[in-house]
Amino acid sequence: MFDTAVIIETVVKAVIVVAVIAALAGFATFIERKVLAFMQRRLGPMHVGPYGLLQLAADGIKLFTKEDIIPQNAIKPIFMIAPVIAATTAFVAMAAVPYFPEFTLFGYTIHPIISDINVALLYVMGVASVGIYGPLLAGMSSANKWSLLGAARAVVQMLSFEVVSGLSVLAPIMMIGSLSLIDINDAQTGGIGDWLIWKQPLAFVLFAIAGFMETNRAPFDTVEFEAEIVAGYATEYSGMRWGLFFIGEYANMITISVLVSIIFMGGYNAFWFIPGGLMMLLKVSFWIFLFLWVRAAWPHVRPDQLMWVCWKVLMPLSVVNIVITGFALL
Amino acid sequence: MELKDFKRRDVGSAYIFLKTEATPTDGWQAFKRFVKRTLKGELFVGLWIVLREMIRFDIHTLQYPLEKIEMSPRYRAIHRLLRLFESGSERCIGCGLCEKICISNCIRMDTHVDEKSRKVVSEYSINFGRCIFCGYCAEVCPELAIVHGAEYENAGEQRAHFGLKEDMLTPLDTFKAKQQKEFQGFGALSANADENVKQTPLAY
Repeated sequence: MFDTAVIIETVVKAVIVVAVIAALAGFATFIERKVLAFMQRRLGPMHVGPYGLLQLAADGIKLFTKEDIIPQNAIKPIFMIAPVIAATTAFVAMAAVPYFPEFTLFGYTIHPIISDINVALLYVMGVASVGIYGPLLAGMSSANKWSLLGAARAVVQMLSFEVVSGLSVLAPIMMIGSLSLIDINDAQTGGIGDWLIWKQPLAFVLFAIAGFMETNRAPFDTVEFEAEIVAGYATEYSGMRWGLFFIGEYANMITISVLVSIIFMGGYNAFWFIPGGLMMLLKVSFWIFLFLWVRAAWPHVRPDQLMWVCWKVLMPLSVVNIVITGFALL
Repeated sequence: MELKDFKRRDVGSAYIFLKTEATPTDGWQAFKRFVKRTLKGELFVGLWIVLREMIRFDIHTLQYPLEKIEMSPRYRAIHRLLRLFESGSERCIGCGLCEKICISNCIRMDTHVDEKSRKVVSEYSINFGRCIFCGYCAEVCPELAIVHGAEYENAGEQRAHFGLKEDMLTPLDTFKAKQQKEFQGFGALSANADENVKQTPLAY
């Protein structure tokens, strides 16, 4: 079963995904600064390179050459491994995510997915939840009260949103009958009317909200909210270890964008004259833009408000959604 | 008015109270408020406003070292000593008012009487390290001789930094090239000053 070609192909795919997503994560920081600046009538980075494009390189050099400080009372091995957990889980989650329709290159059909497993959605959400160990361990090992508060908030937040994201995505799964993201995508081949967003609008909204919580983005950035807990779990980190958290966060953003695009917005199916691959890029770009847009516009919620809205509003709504879907399927 | 009138803390009708939402008293009212707030669409108004600003692209950033703001004539930065437009001689008559009024004691001047028995300023220095740029010297000057310029980039390497007369006085070649601009800030003559001149009552 595992012949050499498959192994080579998988390794090449994995390297490409890691390289491209890491580069995109770096680029996303630049885009974020620019978009936020434009929305606030500023120019953003302008001095390094044309329109500040080389700011990426400057930031990279800074991150790589900065001293890697480990606080005196920190628990050293855990402190050192925590950012690695955050970054790896973000990348590992991408193994079961298809990005583009399959295409032929040099007479060889390529499936742009590292591993098409039949429990892909469960796997992605499970691994993404493991990613919470990054902030948790970082905060607990840092010997810093802000870090500890950040870790506590991270766990509280995960317990809250994980229920919502799991239950909300259950309704589309019931309709399609498969956890494989490729099957979910193939169920929406018939143009824009077939998108699951029309059949499951509530699940879509709930999953999107849970996605914002999962990626610690505003308005649910309680884990690292500067005005309240300095930088949360990342307070004591510097240099590339901090950069790993950052890359993990942006990789998570990309994963969530891809997931929402595939589950609810027709995935990589071709639309009218636009080929499927471009469609996917457009959808993911829109979602990344939405993350930045929301950050520029909306205020941040308190952790207790976040828990309140998760447990008392979103979770009942998602249960109701599942019940209605169940009756409709009967 | 008695003492108890002064001690009254409630000013009664003098306050203008904001019309705030009534606090919900039971669960149903709280639920109604929640639904109302949820469906109000305020969040989308916020989204629209930031998107509108992005599309308008009305950027207010000034890229400082490359672009500079034009200072108002009333801006108070490094002082200038002006010359008379008619003769080119210094406007300063050595009255010493600026030295006297300077609240941070940073102006020093030396005067002497020259061969034409006119009082002239031989030395004039301002310690810019102490100067707080309050503008009193320019305000008190009867001849509009010491005024404030617009050079606001004046970081120093030392605590004391003395500006001497030759640093602040309009150089003669600049003056001859008619580059000296009249001060337009506080105390300057208005543009229609000549029209406003009236003869003294004794003359008519």
